[in-house]
Amino acid sequence: MQLPNLTIREIHQLLLTKKISSVELTQATLQRAHEIDPKINSYVTITDDLALEQARQADECLAKGENITPLTGIPFAMKDCISTRGVRTTCSSKILKDYVPQYNATVTNKLADAGAVLIGKTNMDEFGMGSSCENSAFFNTCNPWDLTCVPGGSSGGAAAAMSAGLCNFSIGEDTGGSVRMPAGFCNVTGIKPTYGRVSRYGLIALVSSFDCIGPMTRDAYDCATVLETIAGHDQYDSTTFNLPVPRYTKNIGKSVKGMTIGIPKEYFVSGMEAGVESSIQEAIRTYEKLGMVVREVSLPNTKYALPVYYLLLFAEASSNLARFDGTRFGLSVADNAKDVLDIYLQTRREGFGDEVKRRIMLGAYALSAGYYDAYYLKAQKVRTLLRRDFELALSAVDILLAPTCPTTAFKLGEKTSDPLEMYLSDIYVVATNPAGVPALSLPAGFSNNMPVGMQLIGKHLDEQSLFQIGHAYQQETDWHKKLPSI
Amino acid sequence: MQPTYEPVIGLEIHGELLTKSKMFCGCSADYGSAPEPNTLICPVCTGLPGAMPVVNKRATELAALVGLALNCTINPHNTFARKNYFYPDLPKGYQISQYELPIAEKGWLDINDSPLPRGDELSAGRQLRVRVRRVHIEEDTAKLAHEKKSALIDFNRAGVPLLEIVSEPDMRTVDAALDYATKIRAILRYLGVNSGDMEKGVLRFEANVSVRPVGSDELRTRTEIKNLNSFRALVRASAYEIERQTKVYENGGQVIQETLGWDDVRGVTVSQRGKEDAHDYRYFPEPDLPPLHLSDAWIDLIRSRLPELPEARTNRFIAEIGLSPADARFLTSELFLADYFESVLAKAKSPAKTVHSWMAGEFMRYLNDSAIDIKDLTFSPESFAQLVDMVTDKTISGNSAKAVLNEMFKNGGDPAQIVKEKNLVQVSDTAFIQEAIEKILGDNPREVAQFLAGKETIIQWLMGQVARATRGKADPNVAKELLVKALEARRK
Repeated sequence: MQLPNLTIREIHQLLLTKKISSVELTQATLQRAHEIDPKINSYVTITDDLALEQARQADECLAKGENITPLTGIPFAMKDCISTRGVRTTCSSKILKDYVPQYNATVTNKLADAGAVLIGKTNMDEFGMGSSCENSAFFNTCNPWDLTCVPGGSSGGAAAAMSAGLCNFSIGEDTGGSVRMPAGFCNVTGIKPTYGRVSRYGLIALVSSFDCIGPMTRDAYDCATVLETIAGHDQYDSTTFNLPVPRYTKNIGKSVKGMTIGIPKEYFVSGMEAGVESSIQEAIRTYEKLGMVVREVSLPNTKYALPVYYLLLFAEASSNLARFDGTRFGLSVADNAKDVLDIYLQTRREGFGDEVKRRIMLGAYALSAGYYDAYYLKAQKVRTLLRRDFELALSAVDILLAPTCPTTAFKLGEKTSDPLEMYLSDIYVVATNPAGVPALSLPAGFSNNMPVGMQLIGKHLDEQSLFQIGHAYQQETDWHKKLPSI
Repeated sequence: MQPTYEPVIGLEIHGELLTKSKMFCGCSADYGSAPEPNTLICPVCTGLPGAMPVVNKRATELAALVGLALNCTINPHNTFARKNYFYPDLPKGYQISQYELPIAEKGWLDINDSPLPRGDELSAGRQLRVRVRRVHIEEDTAKLAHEKKSALIDFNRAGVPLLEIVSEPDMRTVDAALDYATKIRAILRYLGVNSGDMEKGVLRFEANVSVRPVGSDELRTRTEIKNLNSFRALVRASAYEIERQTKVYENGGQVIQETLGWDDVRGVTVSQRGKEDAHDYRYFPEPDLPPLHLSDAWIDLIRSRLPELPEARTNRFIAEIGLSPADARFLTSELFLADYFESVLAKAKSPAKTVHSWMAGEFMRYLNDSAIDIKDLTFSPESFAQLVDMVTDKTISGNSAKAVLNEMFKNGGDPAQIVKEKNLVQVSDTAFIQEAIEKILGDNPREVAQFLAGKETIIQWLMGQVARATRGKADPNVAKELLVKALEARRK
């Protein structure tokens, strides 16, 4: 039995029937992480002691039959931008290399309350700025399917750890594809929920109006289970919906016959890898066989999605990253500083990587007096058009279907010299974040032996349909069960 | 011929809002009572990574109340914005403020364009309507303590709610600016949104000053004088700046747009920042806070909480209660005083004028001497009314009443009871008073002789002796009549 490859509900049964304890499971997972992770570098920090303590507590609950949730005793990994009290939280940046939060993110608390076991914090592009995990200040993470390839980004570590069986689910964060894109590259299932569905309190912000915390799992069912646990209103995050969380697993298994899929024509243009396109066409045929109606739809403003996304990202990020000034936490370089400005300049010069500096400068520029209207304000207006595109397209269909990425995972170093080329790999995933709609990425086949991701995009707050339709696909295919040989 | 110049003044007033907790977190806003630096802090007000703001509802209510008091329109949809700049007292690297859509805007306040009225003038000078451009909410910064080669930061004040009230440049004299600032302070205190304790820094002014030839309606280059923390500083700094700019133009120069500080010791404004160094705050909507939606019902609810404001109350005291303008102004200068006066008046049978004179005189003297907060008084307005009535109906003399009031301030209690215990009931019994007078006149033949020689003023001294001998109980009118009779009798 390969424990790490089981689904959450399979392990849950083993725990309930006492075939295994959480401590045994956790020990096995930690051992595997220490053995295998040096090859892929998915973890920044492995939390052995905390994990074993949480596992012991989970076993106590299981023994007493108290407070048992579907996640009790289940090992998970979390992207290193979500605050964990007492466990360093780095955003894979030099500026936060030794930063240990004094408080837990709401998501961290919810998972701890549910009895989940934190194995460690995973590598990412610095502050989420990147699509390959190569912008980590610490090290590159490798794709478990081919160690010479990137795992995608920015939640590359969380996807790689999940793919390699170094946890049973992971928590990523998606600002413009950062959950879906690496999920696609690493053959795992991952969701970017509706903006405001999961609390951001304690999530170190990249783009406050885009950021969404979302799980990565073995399949759609597990994804629904984890989202149910972490979603919901939070009095500490005013941007969360004050609405009850539906039972996302409820519709799973219900027939999808008669439901409609929209294919955005703007997403099927030149530049797509042939193996990706054929996999997506195959997936569409699978749905047709299930009795779903497929029709073409249009997202006419798609060509503006990338510039709008990046412009707003630069602007918000330049402000969100202002607090890293060397005065209260994290790196502080005050040597020979003449004045406080010197401390700021030295700290930020040494603490931030090139991509972060580039984006801060572009953002400060876009918000400057005289440029604000032309850049930030214009981008906000186009953002409204993007949102309307999705609303209109989704008014005629239940979900949209598209590839997650135009290609499969590219080689390490292949795109690092050209930031624009790197930005283009996010072409299919960025538009959903300015629009706020949810999107689920599912394994959909292989192209040149590398995984292909497919994403389903849903209506605002309609994660339920995504899980239902995603699960239906995974009943017909077994791509999601394929594991890298590592 | 040289033109003469007139000033154009606009004021920004920053006041802390009296809320229990900070603007965007649950920490106590009472930083003045903090035992030590950095004890009233949390991840939100120290700007830790990942921490998010939540709007303080009470602060929103208070800000709307001020907006309504200043005749503003409340924006049913108002937004927060980030004002970005780096400084160690600003933990997030931006201040959460309001920019495009403040909570209130387009209001006005009537002031007087000349010195404050004194004595019994109803008002002085021309009445002038100053437009209020906007009222918005923001958060205060931390406090820096500068050491020799470093600075220490205390975040207890960081995130305390602040209100900013911005006027249009409608004031044409320093006196008008002073009257505007004075009236705003009184309103803030009346509304209970700010203590008005200037020395504690809870209220600060910023004056925008320019000058122009009289008769012109142009707006010339202005300078901003920051951080004026007293009325005196406001007056002196504005006057100085008007004179300085006038001289610049008279000498054929140009005024430069700049931010100034006020050096109170030297009595001059000092340049802090030129136009080239002006901050670009890169304002943009705060993405962590959704817009505030204020319903009509909510706005009406806040409106229903508006108390009668100082100006209106003064006018009512004059018109309905019949007080003189000076008396009315005195009583309405402080909300507690006006409220207390009205409570006493409601219970007293004495005329308003008498109640006022007792409040303005002995009551205020004891209140100030004892340093008691009016809320902590050990006697009720009803007891005070009873005391005033006892003087009016001559149960006790004024002197006795002072003694009773003193006792009430010290130990509280019922004035009738105190009068009884101290045996202070006024005596009109002529035999008793006559006896005292005869003794005094017998003991003081020199003074009697002076009176008989024509020095009639000595009668006051003799009255004092009578009061002393009767321990204040003698009815002064009766006593005086008998005294004069006894003295006249000695002429023969």
